[in-house]
Amino acid sequence: MTDRETTDLDTLEALAHDIRRRVLELTVNRGGCYLSQAASSADILAALYGSILQLAPLPEALDAPPFEGVPAATGAVSPSGGRFHGDQGPDLDRFLISPAHYAVAIYAALEAVGRLASGALATFDQDGSTLEMIGAEHSPGFELTTGSFGQALSQAGGIALARKLRGETGRTVVFMSDGELQEGQTWEGVQAAAFYELANLHVYVDVNGQQVDGLTKDVMNIEPIDARLAAFGAEVARIDGHDLAALATAAADRQHDDRPLVVLADTDPAAGIPLLEERKPHLHYVRLRDESETERFRAFLETMEREAV
Amino acid sequence: MPNRVHATNLVAWAKDHPEVVVLSGDLTGSTEIAEFKAAYPERFFSLGMAEQNMLSWAGGMAREGYTPFLHTFAVFLVRRPYDQLSMSVAYPNLPVRLFGFLPGITTPGGVTHQAIEDVSLMRGMPNMTVLEVGDATDVESVLDVAQAVDGPVYVRMLRGEIPRLFDQPMQLDTARVLSVGRDVCILSSGISTEEAMRATAALVAKGVSVSLLHVSTLKPFTDRRILEAAGRATKGVITFENHTINGGLGTAVAEVMAENGVGAPLTRLGLRDVYAHGASRPYLQDEYGLTASALVREVEGILGDHLDIDPDDLLPGSNTELPAIDDTQLEAL
Repeated sequence: MTDRETTDLDTLEALAHDIRRRVLELTVNRGGCYLSQAASSADILAALYGSILQLAPLPEALDAPPFEGVPAATGAVSPSGGRFHGDQGPDLDRFLISPAHYAVAIYAALEAVGRLASGALATFDQDGSTLEMIGAEHSPGFELTTGSFGQALSQAGGIALARKLRGETGRTVVFMSDGELQEGQTWEGVQAAAFYELANLHVYVDVNGQQVDGLTKDVMNIEPIDARLAAFGAEVARIDGHDLAALATAAADRQHDDRPLVVLADTDPAAGIPLLEERKPHLHYVRLRDESETERFRAFLETMEREAV
Repeated sequence: MPNRVHATNLVAWAKDHPEVVVLSGDLTGSTEIAEFKAAYPERFFSLGMAEQNMLSWAGGMAREGYTPFLHTFAVFLVRRPYDQLSMSVAYPNLPVRLFGFLPGITTPGGVTHQAIEDVSLMRGMPNMTVLEVGDATDVESVLDVAQAVDGPVYVRMLRGEIPRLFDQPMQLDTARVLSVGRDVCILSSGISTEEAMRATAALVAKGVSVSLLHVSTLKPFTDRRILEAAGRATKGVITFENHTINGGLGTAVAEVMAENGVGAPLTRLGLRDVYAHGASRPYLQDEYGLTASALVREVEGILGDHLDIDPDDLLPGSNTELPAIDDTQLEAL
């Protein structure tokens, strides 16, 4: 089955549910995880991996062998995490992850769509695993090293420009978080992508309104994001980030063929996992505080597991 | 004296390197790439005054098979977008060539434009190769040296009028041995080498036995010539650089001397852990002791001997000045 055939909404809904369930399971087993990121982005990632992205299929799910080495001219170097997105091709999409703190959600999505071998997620944040807590380019799904925020969009601009120069038709798709919009480099990147008319550059932003210190509106306001991005030369679509049909079709109605596209997906960081509501607005890393809380999350996990059957 | 060497050399060199693209940070005339832009407009990309984006953008293009040649002032390549350079270029070991202009006190632009700690920062960055040019031949031949490296390269570059001191091309990790002696060993880099050559000529004329090596590769730093010359020096070793004495040539020499048990006293000449300020190059060279006369005085101190070398005894220096204002805006800061 190719990615393009899994487009019906029930399948996407099941995929989003699966992503949340896998990360919740890890959270319960480890006593904490980047859970809210998975909650807010599961539908976006389901729509991307299940419908939007045109990636080469993999003959079978890839294993994630232990870390071998960082990029260098000599010595062992771990292979690129981009291999989990299949062979590259001029007519195929590239998918670049910007907020590396979402790594666990990416790994879960790759496992859920059968690109990462089943069980690999259990090595998350274990010593020697490439499924690092904050991924780098040896981590499954990561082509770039983006834990320092705001750099992926500029790198994607360079990639999209190179592909445009070569006449490639595939898109360069970036997944971003909204907190990164506070970084000045983000705006340099949008400015340059607009200047070089990179309509092949598509950006999906998880606008969950959250950052480490709390709500973005309280830490450093970024709104009105849509107007700001449009003023910088992007074509902007703002949608409900939990509406799978809207996500899947957000790039369909382009008004401009000479502007990068930014899809602002408004999300709820407690979506699908209502237990997170009471912890708002401090959701950057969800640490289960005691046994009773762990039990409540475990009980909810069992509910999710029953729903998935 | 050769003038605007890089401007013409890059155009000729790039003809056979179609993989090379030039990225400019709004300093096209000032970094001598207007000629490249005119010759190869399809390979020239203006990224504006947005250096963080330019560094990451270059990483993206390098991942796609291009070799970006970034041109701007060294402070805007290294100091301003350090994290982007480290994470988007150096960590992935990408073939990006960084041409940083206005090293040290070569510019009257003052503290904001004077790169005094760039070598230190780049030596500390894994995967980075660090080169510095000292004459017109270095400027011409550094392109081949840089392009042969599997990974990112930082080049401390010169522009405008540049003396031609050497006739053989630069080679990686290979110092130019300009004088062989047993009393003192002088290791110089960049524009300091011309001053060191003037000082050495005067010292040798007074009977001092001097080794002088021009060091153009600051990382890697495994050249045996440097250790051999330092090991021969009975009175002392002097490093002489247009850079802070912390983290640059002087530190690199100290490291290899200590690691190899070379016990001669080491004197590090350069900016002594201070920022500079805006003034003419000759004025600043005098102020910070980066002249042939200052070097002679240091050698006298090491030898404990007044050699009676009058400044007028020194060979004339090139005393490089920027050319008259023209449409390339080379004078622009």
